[in-house]
Amino acid sequence: MRTPVDAGLDPRGERASAGQDLFAPSAWERWKGVKEKVARLVFLGMTLALVLPVVVIVGYLIFRAWPVLSLSFLLENPRNYMTAGGIWAPLVGTFCLVFFSLLVAAPIGILAGVYLNEYARDNWLTRIINLAVMNLAGVPSIVHGLFGVGAFVMFAHMGRSVLAAACTLAVMSLPVIITSTREALGAVPMAFREACWNVGASRWQTVRTIVLPNSISGMLTGVIFEVSRAAGETAPILFTGAVFFAPVPDHGWASLFPYGPGDRCMALSMHLFTLATQVRDAPESIQYGTAVVLMGLILAVNGLSIGLRTYLRSRKRW
Amino acid sequence: MKSIDPMRREGEADGTDPAGTAAQPACAAPVRPRRFGLRWLWAARVRAWRWLVRFLRAALEPVIEWTIRLCGWSAILFVVAIFVFVFYWASHALWGGLDLVEFFTSPNWRPTSDVRPQYGILALMVGTLSVTVLAMAIAVPLGLGAAVYISEFCSGRPKETLKVVVELLAAIPSVVWGFIGYMVLGPIIMDLTGAPVGVSLLNAGVVLALMSVPIIVSVGEDALKAVPDSYREAALAMGASRWEVVYRVLFPAAKNGLLAAVLLGVGRAIGETMAVLLCSGHAIQIPHSVLDPVRTLTATIAAELGETVEGEMHYSVLFLIGLVLFAVTFVVNLIADLVVKGIRRENAG
Amino acid sequence: MDAHIRFNQVSVRYGARPALGDLSLEIPKNEVFGIIGPANSGKTTLLKCINRTIDFVSSARVTGHVLVGGEDVYRIRNVCSLRRRVGMVFPLPVGLPLSVYENVAYAPRRAGVYGRRELDALVETCLRQAMLWDEVKDRLRMLGTRLSGGQQQRLTLARALSHRPEILCLDEFSIAIDPVTTMKIEDILRELKQQMTIVLVTNLVQQARRLADRTAFLSGGRLIEVDQTEKLFEHPAERLTERYVNGDFG
Repeated sequence: MRTPVDAGLDPRGERASAGQDLFAPSAWERWKGVKEKVARLVFLGMTLALVLPVVVIVGYLIFRAWPVLSLSFLLENPRNYMTAGGIWAPLVGTFCLVFFSLLVAAPIGILAGVYLNEYARDNWLTRIINLAVMNLAGVPSIVHGLFGVGAFVMFAHMGRSVLAAACTLAVMSLPVIITSTREALGAVPMAFREACWNVGASRWQTVRTIVLPNSISGMLTGVIFEVSRAAGETAPILFTGAVFFAPVPDHGWASLFPYGPGDRCMALSMHLFTLATQVRDAPESIQYGTAVVLMGLILAVNGLSIGLRTYLRSRKRW
Repeated sequence: MKSIDPMRREGEADGTDPAGTAAQPACAAPVRPRRFGLRWLWAARVRAWRWLVRFLRAALEPVIEWTIRLCGWSAILFVVAIFVFVFYWASHALWGGLDLVEFFTSPNWRPTSDVRPQYGILALMVGTLSVTVLAMAIAVPLGLGAAVYISEFCSGRPKETLKVVVELLAAIPSVVWGFIGYMVLGPIIMDLTGAPVGVSLLNAGVVLALMSVPIIVSVGEDALKAVPDSYREAALAMGASRWEVVYRVLFPAAKNGLLAAVLLGVGRAIGETMAVLLCSGHAIQIPHSVLDPVRTLTATIAAELGETVEGEMHYSVLFLIGLVLFAVTFVVNLIADLVVKGIRRENAG
Repeated sequence: MDAHIRFNQVSVRYGARPALGDLSLEIPKNEVFGIIGPANSGKTTLLKCINRTIDFVSSARVTGHVLVGGEDVYRIRNVCSLRRRVGMVFPLPVGLPLSVYENVAYAPRRAGVYGRRELDALVETCLRQAMLWDEVKDRLRMLGTRLSGGQQQRLTLARALSHRPEILCLDEFSIAIDPVTTMKIEDILRELKQQMTIVLVTNLVQQARRLADRTAFLSGGRLIEVDQTEKLFEHPAERLTERYVNGDFG
């Protein structure tokens, strides 16, 4: 066993004979240890400074919304100029909008992702497409709203309608779906594709039989994530189809599918905005209730997407 | 004698089968004529069916591949379309005699004035800038600090939990953030500082900071993760403490990625609409203190578009503001993209 | 000597980097043709040119002519049928994420074979040829990626044989598998050479000596020497060849 003398810390054996423990930290080392602990605490503090306010705020919202939260709140229509009742119409409106927008965006986005990952060569066109996807992702939501008004409401003569709003949301959703599709496709190892090419399968056959089946779950995660994002958007639908008040039947079959493609609709995000800014005497609990339902809906769908992603990681087939 | 090898190639140099999906087995379906005379019909029917299937399969594949190609190019189409449509409606303002110098330099935004409508966006630009700067001043240190903590100082369950919390933070929609700022933060600010109004630059800055933090944390964390472990191990082996590793090794190594994270956060803050609409106030003025209400470019469009009529000057000027926003975020994203490319080139080289 | 594969002054560049320089080579039919050489000498690139998988590398530029059975490969309209005439085995074993049965049935299915009985017969034939049948015959539904490395390499061989190629190319097939499996595959190759031409790229000089009838030595993308194996190893014409086969470098 090496002694401190052998380790060179105490060549003449002086400190050892004086009874000092030579591997104990020196003053300088102790100071460094203190700095390290302080730094760790500072960073922890920064993280908590983010996390805690949000937890507190979310808790406060739920607390203020509690008197109003119930099943009937979800299932009733707003009454009495929105000062009473529930949020059924906006809830259904949001579902309609998100559903139609993904009906358009998902096929285009997924196929675009397939193109970019499987077919695109390394040339200037591909670089421009990548740049376009990045910029589409960065366009402010109100500019998407302006585009929706200019292109869908006016130019395509859809008027302010569910269709126009859904198309606007679809263009907004495209970059996220493209990116998540590319990630899902990229997770399939290149070796599989090469093995398929070498036995005479064409590119499309390889994609259809090996790549797509093994990445469809990743793509689904991306689409679900986009659902949660699209449900919360207000600016794109503000002028393209969502309105202040669009009554729907209270019960019966029509109350489940009240909005056709040409109708104007209510939406949960717009409803919250309206309640907070344009409705006099809207009870605060209803406002908090709407905010909590919207947030809860989005967090639930987002949680579903995260959960699906975690589940898939444990189920890899290679 | 018929070959029993199903892969035996027949009609090899047949150029009519680009997908190579032919090579039917050598033994054809047996012809079973019911009556003399129908024999030819049976054989012809089988042949026609096989030909149809081969034709469809061969014809369908290029159709599918072209559809995929067109969808791939659609991203360019949409970006160009956004520019074109916004520009088209904005150009009405330019043809209508808008004074561009006044537009960019005057702080007087009075589009509904009866006497002389004024369309100066200086106050609005200052509003956007000030809210963004305040938000970044809060979000960048907090976000990078959290990124460092999550990436370097914790692991396992706490790390996964924190990452999930940051993702859920990102999921809160902007209108809910605006509501929080308006209903919750506003009264708190009024109580703490005695300001007359709760909605202000400060309110919007804090809310925007909390909204931008998740993107800074996640991109920053990716940038730190991309630094090879060998750098950390080398520094630790030389006796550096973890803080020193972060400060002296990781920040310089990951600076491009961290810069990209900040730029993406800036882009997000500039383009945010609903949150600032609800919490920044309605006064169109150049702010003198953080407690003053301000108006941003995005909020102006959202607040006033509903009250204008198509074809009016006011309407077109709002589109012009949209064009300015599009251009600014385009440039910011372009820079962020170049910065990220710079990283890839450095890592590859 | 009937050349099955012919390279006429073939040069390949990956962007600015040259991989093969002005290569002219003839590979005769129904023999094992060995290709040896140090790293980065263009051996894998040469194989990729035979079945045009070089097309999948964006930066590759090919000049010159590669002829398979007398036809220029770039004039064949149906590339997939060319690739079905050439079987390829890679250095790292690759099992597709399908069942063992589907792994071997993959190529026939893509080529349009649907009959259940035909596929069953084909799968069994190929797995027997690859000496894998006995080990997997009651586990045909198992995921191909769960086999061991040596089994996956034999599965790759079975997959390469499933489309009845005229040419079988092996690119350093033994580097990731155990010696027992290597010996088994070498025995298989000795049997197969009566039915097809085998191009064997290897960095194990002794493996070429054991198996190949003729051997070519490549270095730096150029063909240095090609000759009957015994002659190449015993009395090489080039000094570089002599140094390589004696293990002085590479």
